[in-house]
Amino acid sequence: MFKGQSYAGDSFYEFLRVDHPDLLPDWRGADWTNAPLIHGTTVLSIVCRDGVLMAGDRLATEGHAVGTRDLEKVFRIDDTCMMAIAGAAGPAIEMVRMFQLELEHFEKLDGQPLRFEGKANRLSFLLRQNLPAAMQGLVVMPIFAGYDYDKGRGRIYKFDITGGRFREADYYSTGSGGKDARASLKKILRHEELGRAEVIEAAVEALLDAADEDRATGGVDVARGIFPTVKIATKDGVEDVGDDELRRVYENILARRGGRE
Amino acid sequence: MSTPFYVSPEQWYQDKAEYARKGIGRGKPIVALEYDGGVVIMAENRSASLRKISEIYDRIAFGGVGKLDEYENLRKAGVRYADMRGYSFSREDVAGKSLANEYSTVLGSVFTREMKPLEVEILVVEIQAKGSAFYQVRYDGSMTDTTHYASIGGDGDKLLDVIRGGWSAGMSLSDAARLGRRALAGSGNGSSLEDLDERTLEIALLDRTRQGRTFRRIGAEEARGLLSG
Repeated sequence: MFKGQSYAGDSFYEFLRVDHPDLLPDWRGADWTNAPLIHGTTVLSIVCRDGVLMAGDRLATEGHAVGTRDLEKVFRIDDTCMMAIAGAAGPAIEMVRMFQLELEHFEKLDGQPLRFEGKANRLSFLLRQNLPAAMQGLVVMPIFAGYDYDKGRGRIYKFDITGGRFREADYYSTGSGGKDARASLKKILRHEELGRAEVIEAAVEALLDAADEDRATGGVDVARGIFPTVKIATKDGVEDVGDDELRRVYENILARRGGRE
Repeated sequence: MSTPFYVSPEQWYQDKAEYARKGIGRGKPIVALEYDGGVVIMAENRSASLRKISEIYDRIAFGGVGKLDEYENLRKAGVRYADMRGYSFSREDVAGKSLANEYSTVLGSVFTREMKPLEVEILVVEIQAKGSAFYQVRYDGSMTDTTHYASIGGDGDKLLDVIRGGWSAGMSLSDAARLGRRALAGSGNGSSLEDLDERTLEIALLDRTRQGRTFRRIGAEEARGLLSG
């Protein structure tokens, strides 16, 4: 009907690929492994009683230097779900933007939102599109989590660069400090029974543990007032946990540990 | 040998316009009016799944009367247009006026170039920083814009008479919804006032209290409360 619209399906990505390929990023044909790129570090997700939490520190590295001290790596995708990114920040943030639009576009054209499973599949699809770039060094490692209305609980998926999609029952963490955060979260017995305050404390503590072991993870930067990003998806929507609350949580952890991070 | 016969442009235009009007005349009208928290858009619609009113973008809604497949295609084209603009520029750069212009261009060019004109009328509603804008695009591509309220389809004069008589700036959502219902009932080919209730009315809002995507549909229960309030 309109100029420049020959594609007639429901996917925004496909629409651009068919009718406006110039608008899509194209990172093929170069080796990015030694390029000075901004990299996101540790992000995590924990299932809890009311749904699922997602958190990330704010530091980004550029080689061995600090890239940005207050990068957002956890994103609200829509009213039910969130996405966290680690790896090459440029392509990752572009993927978040495309994913948000892809879901919104589908919902508007079709008249109803995709199911949780359908959303996760769309993210797999976008990751597969990124495979050539990933092979050349632009690796994006997302976690996708949200409240699944069909199942009535929070759910987590992790992905690999081929778009492979793997369910995590309780918690997951990725990025440079991911292993350390996982070691911290492992000690919790029943993640699905954690209340709001408990799960926030577990998330902040895991990021502190990761920051302690991994130089690229930022933890909590009290001096600059930079706190991790923490979001919780429940049946009522996606909530941002504010800095004031995170400061109190951080001080509690410090007090419990006798003043040591 | 057959002789090509001459048809004057006036005659040609009138024939097509009459054809389009006949198609559109069978449809039920849509009315949109400002209330203190945004714009309420209403139409008589007995289907629970086929929509006449839909979301285009953060602050833009779409209404179509006439042939469903034709306005449905225009709606989808509008969503693609808006999402692409928002993606290449910023979400704030997606404007109702440019979308209405696209519709006008498409409808106008189909009217002059194709055998059959599109049998639709399109309403583009946008809430802005101050006030709101309403663009009506007709089957021949002609476009008008109004402030405060607008309608497409049905007997527009009768419909707007009712609204003009009852509309005031800063009216509540409930008052606006009941006025819209009265207007639809008095539009000529709509149902009577008693027949227009939460089951037969499709109601949607551009709601200023919402962040980002302001479009929201009103469910049956909420509609009952609004219309009886």
